[in-house]
Parts: sequence; C-alpha cells; structure tokens
Amino acid sequence: MAYRDRLLTLGSMGLLLLFLWWAENHASDYTIRILNQIAIFIVLAVSYNLINGITGQFSLEPNAFLAIGAYTSAILTLSPEEKARSFIIEPMLWPLSQIHVSFPVSLVAAGFVTAFFALLMAIPVFRVRGDYLAIVTLGFGEVIHVVANNLVKVTNGPLGLKGLPAYTNLWWSWGICIAAVFCIVRLVNSSYGRAMKAVREDETAANAMGINAFRIKTLAFTLSGFFEGVAGGLLAHLITTISPSLFTFMFTFNLLIIIVIGGLGSTTGSILAAVLITAGGEFLRFVEEPMTIFGFYYEGIPGMRMVIFSMLLIGVMIISPRGIMGRSEFTWQKCFDVMKKLRGGRPRS
Amino acid sequence: MNQPLLAVSGLSVAFGGLLALNDLDIAIEKGQIVGLIGPNGAGKTTAFNAITGRIKPTAGSVLFKGVDITGWQPSRIAQFGITRTFQSIKLYDDLSVVENVMVAAHATIRYSFLEAMVGVGRYAQDEKRIRKQAHELLDIVGLGDYAMEKAAALPYGSQRRLEVARALALGPSLLLLDEPVAGMNPMETMDFVKVIQRLNEEMGLSIGLIEHDMKFVMNVCHKIRVIDHGIPIAWGAPQEIAANEQVVAAYLGHG
Repeated sequence: MAYRDRLLTLGSMGLLLLFLWWAENHASDYTIRILNQIAIFIVLAVSYNLINGITGQFSLEPNAFLAIGAYTSAILTLSPEEKARSFIIEPMLWPLSQIHVSFPVSLVAAGFVTAFFALLMAIPVFRVRGDYLAIVTLGFGEVIHVVANNLVKVTNGPLGLKGLPAYTNLWWSWGICIAAVFCIVRLVNSSYGRAMKAVREDETAANAMGINAFRIKTLAFTLSGFFEGVAGGLLAHLITTISPSLFTFMFTFNLLIIIVIGGLGSTTGSILAAVLITAGGEFLRFVEEPMTIFGFYYEGIPGMRMVIFSMLLIGVMIISPRGIMGRSEFTWQKCFDVMKKLRGGRPRS
Repeated sequence: MNQPLLAVSGLSVAFGGLLALNDLDIAIEKGQIVGLIGPNGAGKTTAFNAITGRIKPTAGSVLFKGVDITGWQPSRIAQFGITRTFQSIKLYDDLSVVENVMVAAHATIRYSFLEAMVGVGRYAQDEKRIRKQAHELLDIVGLGDYAMEKAAALPYGSQRRLEVARALALGPSLLLLDEPVAGMNPMETMDFVKVIQRLNEEMGLSIGLIEHDMKFVMNVCHKIRVIDHGIPIAWGAPQEIAANEQVVAAYLGHG
C-alpha cells in the first residue's frame, strides 16, 4: 500500500510539473500569475495551519511575517542603483543600500529573519497560557505596519519599494511550495507533530508526559514564521512593488478563512482550500462583467463576486462545520473508496 | 543507602488562605505500592499535583532518587521518572490509541526536527522503535486490538487503561495513579488489579495511587497514607489502617 501511495504521489507530482511546463509556454500571463499566487498561498496556508491548526495556538500574525519576509528579500535583491533611485525622501541606511545578493539567498535570508522575529515573540508569549497569543500577534501586525511606514531609511516609508526584479516564476514558486509542503507533512507525521497535536488536545497531559509544551509551541511558531517569510519573499518578487498598505490584517483574515474552510488541523485541507479560494476568487470575476442571462441584460455589479464568495463560504460552513477535510488528511485509499462509492460499490474497511 | 525512591516531607500547598495540603510526609520504597486515601477534598490530588510539578508547593520538599525535584517543570519531572494518570481523564481525544502512547515517548527520540522534515538520520529507526514499544504497552494493558481507534471512541474503562499505557511510555520508575478504577465495574476493577500487580511484580515498578474503592486499596497497597482536610492522620499497612479509629471517624463521621 505504502509503495502504491508513493507511486501515486510521485505520479501526480509529475503531472503537476508537466502542467506547469505546459502553462509556462502556452498559458496567458494572467493565468501564470494566478498559478504563482496559488503556490504562495499554499505555502502560507500550510505553515499558518501548523501553528493554528496542528498546535492549536490561535495566532493572527501572517501579515506581519509576510511583510518581514517580503521587505527582507526585496531589500536584498534590489540593486544599489535602483535603491538610490527610489529612496527619494531619505537616502537608505548605509550597509543596506549596498547589499545585493541573488534571489535564492534573499529567500533564505527572508526565512531566517522572519523566524528570528517569531522566536523573539514566542519566548514571552508562550510563557503564559491562554489567548494572549492572538492579541500579541494581532498587535505585532499593526506594529510592523507602523514601522514599515515610518522607518523610511530602511523601507522607504509609504512609497514602498518599487522595481523589484520579477524573479518569481512558476518553477520557483511551485518548487518552494512542494518543498515546504513536503517538509511540513514530514514534520507533522513525526514525533514532533504528534507532540504538537498533544499540546493542542491537552496541554496539562502533554506536560505530565515529558513534553515541554513551551518548546513545542515555540518550534511550531518559529517554523511557521520561517515558511511565511519565504512566501513573503516570493510574493514580493511576483508583484515587484511592495508597500506597507499591502500587508494589512485583511491578508491574515483571508488566510484564516482558507485554513478554517480547509479544516483546521488538516494540512491537505489547507492546500485544497488555498487552491479553491485563490483560484475561485479569480474565476468568479465573470459575475462582475456585463452579460445577458435568459434575455435579460445584466450590467455587472462591482463587488458581486465577494457576495457570492461569502455565500459559498457560509454554505460550506453549514454543510461541514469543521471545514472541508475536518481534521483528517487526504489519503489515496480514501480517494479510491470515494470513487468506488460513486460507481455504486462499497468502500473497503 | 536506605533512602526511599520518593521521599516527600513537610509538603504544604496553600491556595490563598486555604490550606489544601498541610505538612504531608510520604515515602515510597522501590517496588512498593502505596495508597493515598482520604475523604473528598482531603488534598490527595493536590498532593499528586505538587509532586509532579503541576502546582508549586508553598513549603516542603520532594526528593526523588535522592534528588530534590521540588519546583521543577512538570515535563522535566516526567522525564526524570515520575509519570501519572489523571482523575478526570486527559487523553488526546483526536489522536489514535497508539499515537496517544507514542506521544509520551517524545522525550526519548534522538532525531531533531530538521531530520524529521527531510526524513533522514535516526528518524525511521526511532519511529519504528517507539511504535513497537507503544504496541507492547497496549498489549500489557489489554488494548492491543484497539490501537488504531480514536482515543475518544474508547469506553470509559479502556480510556483509564490507555492512560496507564501512556504513562508507561517514558519508562518511569514511579507511576502515580489518580483514582484509576473510578467508574469501573467490579469485573473491570479485577482486571485492572491484575495489570497493576503485573507491572509491580514483573517490571518492578513502584506505584502511588489515590482511590476511593477500599476493597481495591486494601488488596493492592503495601502501605497506606490517610489524609483528611489536608492533614495527614495515619500511615501504615492496610490492616493497621482498617483498624485505626481516627480513619474510621474521618470516613464515617464521629459516632
């Protein structure tokens, strides 16, 4: 069974790569952009789910970590000439204005810098129990926003950073996406993942069984920060212009919707929801365009897609309150069982 | 060198003005089963909580294997050799039965999270070891057939036994059981007595337990400590305790 499942996983990876190769040569720029966005959102959702769903510590930080990652990698890949050109309010701080590294190095740096901030935050917050994490992380997001606006010598303030090289392509975003998902899935299935779930289920019992809950929570939060930072770097080099207004709480809110719809605590659910919501949001754009339905002319209402989107989300929550996947994970066996059921057979087990 | 495995002396716990536990002395020798009994609210669970580090004692000391462990983190005490079960069952409901036991072995794994993420190093070897050990422990408590069930799906008595299996996963020298047979029927209790005696006799495990089922306590324990309203009132072998007037008075009220 394990052999078959591995073969199927590798096969579907192959299909995905084939599709990406096709998309790179034949799809429109718009489609490629959305495919890139999907990959980035998968990384974000899966790492956010690690702390919120798997470890069960409700936090609201992704917009802050995304901002840190995006700014770190952007500052590192901008050429000194470009920096001199765009920093018109105040010149950039000296060592930063001269640093210029390659894209992969900047992504790794983005990950580590973000992980460092995560660690810094985790140490005081996880000393106490309860919902402090949500409050502190929410506040941290606002602090980062204010800092990005006012630390003009580093971030160029409200003007943001422009003219980033568009390094992010399908191979970078999906390569990192697959690597991140692979690592996180491995981790969740290891003893560390079980310990995280134990902390979620009952912290007192976890502590009494020799699990240092503080350390496990810090690990989950820091790793989550690392991957969110890398995703921030990818995003910055996809949209090529970043400014503080990009990283508001709405970003976190969207991610929260993704992981709740996917099923809090389910990695595959997060992936599924990231794809559905990112692609679905774009797909629904047609409802805002003028069209003729059954002979009636409809001129298109801007914002209509958000209305439909919200209704769909409400529908999902009514049908399946714990999200699409609940807390269970996708397995090939379940996939076969469902197919059999659809054909009228009985599931094995 | 005649030091007991666990030596609790003068242990007191106060919650604000309420003295939940007052000057408790208790000693558990290696290989002994010691009962801690008393009426409801006597401070028995508080004593366990203070020994395992869940609450900080206001006074007194806990010596384990000759080391002063007073005020240590619960996880450190567990790794040092005292594990416990809970009066109100605290399982990881959403994990499978075997995973519940495997989690407790987390402190014994030798691979880092980085090795886990790429699946190299001792990852596979350690996973195999703790899975095998978990299945063995489940067999000991008689849950071998339910390994893949969700913990929440088990009946009450089995959940209690799963707690015991989980507490054994760290390879403790002392096991503390908080009302292990509460809510079990006589048949289940008899089975459980066998499990405890087997752990004690075959594996040489020392056990401390809190229980209201007097028949069970008298059958299983080598020594008994009685407390009432936080104050220790008697200490001795089961027969002595049963004959002690103060104990009878505490349980039945003054006649």
